[in-house]
Amino acid sequence: MAAIEVEGLEKTYPKGVRALDGVGFSVAEGEVFGLLGPNGAGKSTTVKILATLSTLDAGTARVAGYDVVREAGAVRRSIGYVPQASGVDVHATGRENILLQGRVQRVPPGELRRRMDELLETFGLGDFADRIVRTYSGGMKRRLDVAMGLVHRPVVLFLDEPTTGLDPEARAAMWEELERLAGEEQLTILLTTHYLEEADRLAKRVAIVSRGRVVVDGPPDQLKRRLLGDAVTVELAGGDATAAAAVVERLGVVEETVTDGRHLRARVEHGAQAVPGILSALEASGIAVASVTVARPSLDDVYLHFTGRDFRSEDEAGSAR
Amino acid sequence: MTAAVQDTLAMLVRHQRNFLRQPIWLVFALTQPMFWLLLYSQLFRRIIDLPGFDTDSYVQFLAPGVVVMTAFFGAVWSGMAMIDDLDRGVVPRFLATRAHPGSLVVSQVLHAAIISIVQTVIILGTAWLLGARVERGVAGWLVITVVAALVGAGFAGISHGIALIVRREEPLIAILNFFGLPLTFISATLIAETLMPGWMQWAARFNPVNWGVVAAREMSSLDTDWGRVGLYTGLLLAFVALASALATRAFGVYRKTL
Repeated sequence: MAAIEVEGLEKTYPKGVRALDGVGFSVAEGEVFGLLGPNGAGKSTTVKILATLSTLDAGTARVAGYDVVREAGAVRRSIGYVPQASGVDVHATGRENILLQGRVQRVPPGELRRRMDELLETFGLGDFADRIVRTYSGGMKRRLDVAMGLVHRPVVLFLDEPTTGLDPEARAAMWEELERLAGEEQLTILLTTHYLEEADRLAKRVAIVSRGRVVVDGPPDQLKRRLLGDAVTVELAGGDATAAAAVVERLGVVEETVTDGRHLRARVEHGAQAVPGILSALEASGIAVASVTVARPSLDDVYLHFTGRDFRSEDEAGSAR
Repeated sequence: MTAAVQDTLAMLVRHQRNFLRQPIWLVFALTQPMFWLLLYSQLFRRIIDLPGFDTDSYVQFLAPGVVVMTAFFGAVWSGMAMIDDLDRGVVPRFLATRAHPGSLVVSQVLHAAIISIVQTVIILGTAWLLGARVERGVAGWLVITVVAALVGAGFAGISHGIALIVRREEPLIAILNFFGLPLTFISATLIAETLMPGWMQWAARFNPVNWGVVAAREMSSLDTDWGRVGLYTGLLLAFVALASALATRAFGVYRKTL
């Protein structure tokens, strides 16, 4: 049985914003699944519907075998939800946060004490359990967040942007925690992220979400294999990159080009080897180049490849909304 | 049902604990009513020379008014705590648990009512030191406390309702500031009803702050008009019911935005 089954999910917010436009995917029991996409793509909305917070307009969603609309109570019993905005009470201590969470999740008192000590220990919060959360670092607070979501031993854990806003060190520590969790049997994890490397490292399978739809899904390796080659970015000294794109395309080594003002981005099989040819062709056409960079495929490129749109400008447009 | 009550109590414990942990809040909540009582009783000391006051002590007249005013002001600002919880994702987190959703709002309203009760005892105690007496004794203290709790609960419900609809601090502050002082002045809080202009006396009849002040003042004098006490306490009960309905409705509106 699939732990999460989503089909044709649609959602329009009261103000007319179309958040989901037919999202569908399925997550096997015990799997770590990543929803990857820019801000405003519909990742959080999907998770909110699966966590019974938000209503759906059309489609069906089942979590741990229960329908999120008709069996919302059973779903809540089976899931842990760690919202993007944390949800920790910063005026309370770590221990008090876990206790309250456990109480409302109906964990029997004796069991709750044991479970709390266990969680504080495994998440490295033992020494800080009786300190007010406001004094915690971002990483500690996020670990408490996750611990709270696990207090009643859920079978499905939702993590909405678990490392957004964390510094690189705290992010690495959180990844280790999540990898350990992923190893635990019978816990299914759905995480949303807009970091490719995060999805790559933690998720066995990812779905790329764009404008309320799943564009493609599969194991990260498989997605990357469909995207062989390097990204070459050329910055022109001036003018528009459209003419430059035409020149570069004529070389025959380029798989894909995108222009953005003075910037030209091209995907080629062997970036370093292609650069001299690209430069001399541009020079021959009288186009002055300011800089060239070569990089391995990034989330931008994966996203670009599968959606035909630029990740960063989508991300900015999404956050501005 | 029992689960809903348990959840509400658990949330209530959280609000009270957080309140007690912020010493600055605590100091203000406890000293402000005493300060008001002292300040106003000095400022308007000579007011009782006017015809219409059937007392020779303004503190005696003022104490029940300050009780209700304090409950009112404390409660109208209580919605700020809801905005904080919304901003920090506390409410969404609980909505995805088995916690009874109603407990999130009801616990806040109860919290406001309990603070009003504590403040009432402090004000009446301070007034007693200044020579003012609740002439109806134990029954008087009890009714005044209940009235203050109802005023606190009702306005806390409204404040949380607005907070859940606007979901931002600035508009909440603007709305509450707009209504705060007028509701205090269009009432017999500081001045005898008969001294108010006719239209204000009329308007005051629709003001829950005034209902509280009148009921509380009746209980602190010897010739209590029990009919008025009953009427205004009943109206306050209806007000609390209405405010609760508003807050519940607002909670529904908020959940639709998730």
